[in-house]
Amino acid sequence: MIGTTGLVFNEPLLWELGAPGREAYSLPSREVPEHPVDPALTGPGPDFPDLSEPELVRHYTRLSQWNLSVDSSMYPLGSCTMKYNPKTNERQASLPGIANAHPLLPDDLAQGLLRLIFDLERWLAEITGLPAVSLQPAAGAQGELTGMLIFYAHHAALGRPRTKILIPDTAHGTNPASAALCGFTAVPVPSGPQGILTLQTVADRMDDDTAGIMVTNPNTLGLFEENIRQVADAVHAKGGLVYADGANMNAVLGVVDMGAMGVDVLHLNLHKTFSTPHGGGGPGAGPVCVTRALEPYLPVPRVAREGSRFTWRDDYPSSVGRLHAFYGNFGILTRAYSYILSLGAELARVSRLAVLNANYIQAGLKADYHLPHDRPCMHECVFTDKRQQAHKVSALDIAKRLIDYGFHPPTIYFPLVVNGALMIEPTESETKETLDQFIAALRAIAREAEQKPELLHQAPHHAKLRRLDEVTAARKPCLMG
Amino acid sequence: MRYLPHTEADIQAMLAAVGAGRIEELFARIPDACRRKGPLNLPPPLSEWDLDRHMENLAGANAVAPAYKIFLGAGSYDHHIPETIKQLLRRGEFFTAYTPYQPEVSQGTLQAIYEYQTLVGRLTGMAVANASMYDGASALAEALLMAIRITKRRRVALSRAVHPHYRQVAETYLRPAGFEIVLLPWGADGRTDLSRLADTADLAAVAVQSPNFFGCMEDLKAAAAAAHRQPDTLMITAFSEPLAYGLFEAPGRLGADIVCGEGQSLGIPRSFGGPGVGLFACRQEHLRSMPGRLVGRTVDLEGRRGFVLTLSTREQHIRRERATSNICTNQGLCALAAAMYMASLGGTGFRKLARLNYDTAGYLKTELQAAGVALPFAAPTFNEFVVRLPSGSRSRYLELLARRIVFGLPLEKYFPELSDHYLLCATETSRKQDLDLLVQEVTQ
Repeated sequence: MIGTTGLVFNEPLLWELGAPGREAYSLPSREVPEHPVDPALTGPGPDFPDLSEPELVRHYTRLSQWNLSVDSSMYPLGSCTMKYNPKTNERQASLPGIANAHPLLPDDLAQGLLRLIFDLERWLAEITGLPAVSLQPAAGAQGELTGMLIFYAHHAALGRPRTKILIPDTAHGTNPASAALCGFTAVPVPSGPQGILTLQTVADRMDDDTAGIMVTNPNTLGLFEENIRQVADAVHAKGGLVYADGANMNAVLGVVDMGAMGVDVLHLNLHKTFSTPHGGGGPGAGPVCVTRALEPYLPVPRVAREGSRFTWRDDYPSSVGRLHAFYGNFGILTRAYSYILSLGAELARVSRLAVLNANYIQAGLKADYHLPHDRPCMHECVFTDKRQQAHKVSALDIAKRLIDYGFHPPTIYFPLVVNGALMIEPTESETKETLDQFIAALRAIAREAEQKPELLHQAPHHAKLRRLDEVTAARKPCLMG
Repeated sequence: MRYLPHTEADIQAMLAAVGAGRIEELFARIPDACRRKGPLNLPPPLSEWDLDRHMENLAGANAVAPAYKIFLGAGSYDHHIPETIKQLLRRGEFFTAYTPYQPEVSQGTLQAIYEYQTLVGRLTGMAVANASMYDGASALAEALLMAIRITKRRRVALSRAVHPHYRQVAETYLRPAGFEIVLLPWGADGRTDLSRLADTADLAAVAVQSPNFFGCMEDLKAAAAAAHRQPDTLMITAFSEPLAYGLFEAPGRLGADIVCGEGQSLGIPRSFGGPGVGLFACRQEHLRSMPGRLVGRTVDLEGRRGFVLTLSTREQHIRRERATSNICTNQGLCALAAAMYMASLGGTGFRKLARLNYDTAGYLKTELQAAGVALPFAAPTFNEFVVRLPSGSRSRYLELLARRIVFGLPLEKYFPELSDHYLLCATETSRKQDLDLLVQEVTQ
């Protein structure tokens, strides 16, 4: 068991601290006189607590110690790709010439920044096999929305707006939600007995009113959609487009060519595959890569090269428009750029090791947990709680007990097509020793489930808090102090 | 490669456990037709030292202070960021955690976001705030969609004095579903002309920005009154410079139903436009129509105070296509930075800083006017204001650029009728010496 107990501090809420008149901020010196203000417009200002700098530092340091994180432990959240976030990336994004740059600088004063965008777009095009890229979407779901806007624009340009979209039952919830924003009705497509799409189920549902299909490949069961090329052909034959959710790109860097696969639009999650930090829930970045044919629809503005000079351009009349006040989460783009420059073609090795790690976990746990699809997986493996249910132990109990062993739980109850799913994505960052400890922990938990199920029902025992009352939180919401 | 721990011996041992001879066998199910031909054609990997040099060169090719005097605002502002925030934010426990799905091991993030929601509520004068949106522009677009959902109407009114990029994003979000945006002009004083509202029926919402794109404080009370003249129409107040609410009355106390905008000013570097953070708050009665994540207070099995993600039945991972938004990952770390910033200043500091900003920009405005520069809009402003130079000012702008002075934002690109108009910005980081130099240079 790598987890142990230690001294954890309690810490009040911000407004239970401080005293009026304290400050943790040093105001720049005043060099100007007061400027008259109309008292009819002024207000009392916000009712924030006043803290000193030491109080502030201790407050946030103590709070931080209540989190599990990639820096402290393995964080195998399936489909989230919680890999190591290189420290050097933070240094690069903080360089004054980057962090202090204003987004509306004249082009000639921002050549380094425009070059970064131009080069990162080219590299993502090389990595995905789709030649035209926009880095603007601020997260994966906004990338999906961009993709759906492109679908919409494409069909509208042909004079035949379509109303439906095919979405496999293994998809992330963001897929149908993004499609709905463009007025598309989601048509669910069941995956076949092998956990992947079959040509027939897609062909049966594809018609002249269907804009296309949204596919995650590898899918959320951690399986490669082997029929994707035929599926894409069937969709294209009816005039539809193929959208690929690149959430699971970490499995196939240097292996697949999304263009060859028949994909028209793909989004990437730079905070997954390209090592940018998850930050407790963002910021991320969700670049969109498309075929040449769809390039005119990409969001504006775009960076163009004119000789040795880079420039912003927004004269793309077919563009779906703008998605972000400026150019997306540029600071995140900088980190991904730094990551790609650190690895180069070794990115292919990233995927090989990510897939090896996942298969090693799958092999190590097969004897103790039910594996619905027993075949080599990609970067993640999906088990279920079926065997433990015999002892009235659920995926939730297993996840909570894993905390006591010092690991962040995997994704649970997703994908929805598997009952009691435990979706484990180790990433390439973990050593064999850590994986062995993780496997040993889950095997020990399987023994506990048989012998002492109440231990699991009550877990976690070593975290700062025990299980929280989520029902009351939702029934009587208290969202502000 | 230092990020990849596997030795050859590890790989062999793991392959043996998996029952494969080579790693390639694990990829055997990928059809040839889907594979790329040839290796990745990317630049050769750089060592950390080489990467540092490369990035310094790249960063050196951009104009930043102090080498340049930059009087640009327009939705992205230069404010001092305390070192405490930079260092606390880098703590790996915050930085490298994800969305707090497992509350027992995420209480740090959860309490911090609960505190953030509270501070945003107090800042905006609203009853509830969410855990953040992508940025000010998408926050406004989501606010409009929320109003459309609540009222079941298909038309919104948007002031032309809202940041033009925010308006463009709103169009992007609203266009495919066929929702209509009615634009409200601005009046002679630089504030939204509300008279058009009288003859525009069936509005889901009226949206203005305050301070608006021109830096002018809108008459929010009048705007809310005009919006609410139609039954159920929602008043949305957006912003790109929340520091203004340290001096001016908060929109929530002036009749707003939804308040949203950009929080980059609150301790987040400009970073060429992102990441920032979309602040989003609304009245209690609209809580369940709100987009985005929410953190709520509760207790654990032993009755101890704790926090969880809550009301997730509004969200995409439960409700899928019927969700209140498609948003999943938001701007957690930037929200944390904003909370740290608000907590660093406290109420006392926030008021002082707002006043110093107001006075600094006010000083520049007064000096320019005294030197004969025209100020076309008479409404009170915060941090930013519009000036008009004599016609043919482009050459003057370029001369200043050559002297490493960025004379604000030329407005003609956004508003063809505003040729020779410039949007200037000064904050607490602007030094008097530089303001005086600007006045001298532009009027000589």
